[in-house]
Amino acid sequence: MKNIVIIDYGAGNVKSVNFAFQRLGFEPVLSHDPVVIKNADYVVFPGVGHAKSAMEQLKTKNLVKVIQELRQPVLGVCLGMQLMCRFSEEGNVDGLGIFDVDVVRFDDQLKVPHMGWNDLQNGDSLMNDISDQAYFVHSYYVPLTNETMATCHYGISFSAALAKDNFYGCQFHPEKSGEIGERILKRFLEL
Amino acid sequence: MLRKRIIPCLDIKDGRTVKGVNFVDLKDAGDPIELAKKYSRIGADELVFLDITATHEKRKTLVPLVEKIAREVNIPFTVGGGVSSIEDAGALLNAGADKIAVNSAAVKRPELIRELADKFGNQCVVLAIDAKLTEKGWKVFLVGGRKQTELGLFEWAEEAQKLGAGEILFTSMNHDGTKAGFAIEALKTLDESLTIPVIASGGAGEVQHFEDLFLQTKVSAALAASVFHFQTIEIPELKYNLAQKNIPVRTIV
Repeated sequence: MKNIVIIDYGAGNVKSVNFAFQRLGFEPVLSHDPVVIKNADYVVFPGVGHAKSAMEQLKTKNLVKVIQELRQPVLGVCLGMQLMCRFSEEGNVDGLGIFDVDVVRFDDQLKVPHMGWNDLQNGDSLMNDISDQAYFVHSYYVPLTNETMATCHYGISFSAALAKDNFYGCQFHPEKSGEIGERILKRFLEL
Repeated sequence: MLRKRIIPCLDIKDGRTVKGVNFVDLKDAGDPIELAKKYSRIGADELVFLDITATHEKRKTLVPLVEKIAREVNIPFTVGGGVSSIEDAGALLNAGADKIAVNSAAVKRPELIRELADKFGNQCVVLAIDAKLTEKGWKVFLVGGRKQTELGLFEWAEEAQKLGAGEILFTSMNHDGTKAGFAIEALKTLDESLTIPVIASGGAGEVQHFEDLFLQTKVSAALAASVFHFQTIEIPELKYNLAQKNIPVRTIV
């Protein structure tokens, strides 16, 4: 059985992510214990809410360095992915700096939050050949970078997913994106 | 392209789904989890569960029900009905709800919106507004539409946006139950005055009404109950027809 750990740091949609893996037949462990996280085969880093307060939670629980130094496959979801970036305009806070890019706010001319099903495009790696719609809900976004693993278009093209070494991130919610989301989670567990 | 959302609304009473016309003659419509799974399978983009249970005692069945839904359903869902505090909302979100809809409690105490947005993020705060066109313009109604307030629809929606609501679910009481189409003019004005997404509700009777809504306004989503529950409109057929009119809808794999 694969040892999947979902980081439970008080700012995540931990339960939804957990249920999604359970529907696939796995039994993840929810934890903020550095030892448990370090020993996992796969680490999932969820998040909803505000970047600044979520970073404070990570610091309080001494998880910043723990996450930065992980060597197994790590999947950040939504705010989780954004926290893995260098800096976020949401609360002007430094992130974990795993992805070399800053998180910025959508243009006010658009309806914000960007909420609903939108197309995944230019998929690579985990996202290869996936061009269906996934469920997004966010007000800040990651611009395109050389670490972009899939793109999405809303006013401008932005990173729907990121990848660097053993670190992966989805701006959309795979746990809420129907069968497409399940396919992406399964691929992550095949890494 | 961001797709227009089609959202079935399920009324929950004492842990079961009920259906009726205008809250009259409620019939048991079965297990909410089975219905939710069916709707997600045939292409609903999101679900709304509205608890219409009258008593506080029976409302306690809601949190375990939400957890069961979250366990089995792989699309986002909103839960509303009687939410009046951070504690109410927290219990539902912790059970796995993606968003919380607030209505009367926010009219009575608007700061509730700010508190919820600060605590949980504005993406999970949906302000539901029931309004009716009166001689004095569009006015907000409370308690399931029984009590009129002096609050104007457009002013209230703008204030809620400032307080941190992430989305507005507007039900026109003039149109609800008529099956004669959505409140196009009011929805157009409302949507253009806000920077957050608007969900249209009230009046859906046939496929053409959804086409009119999305061709004549820029609202983000349409919500309906009875046309889906009584299968007057099937979601795959609806989406096929919308796509034929070049209205962007989600395709099912």
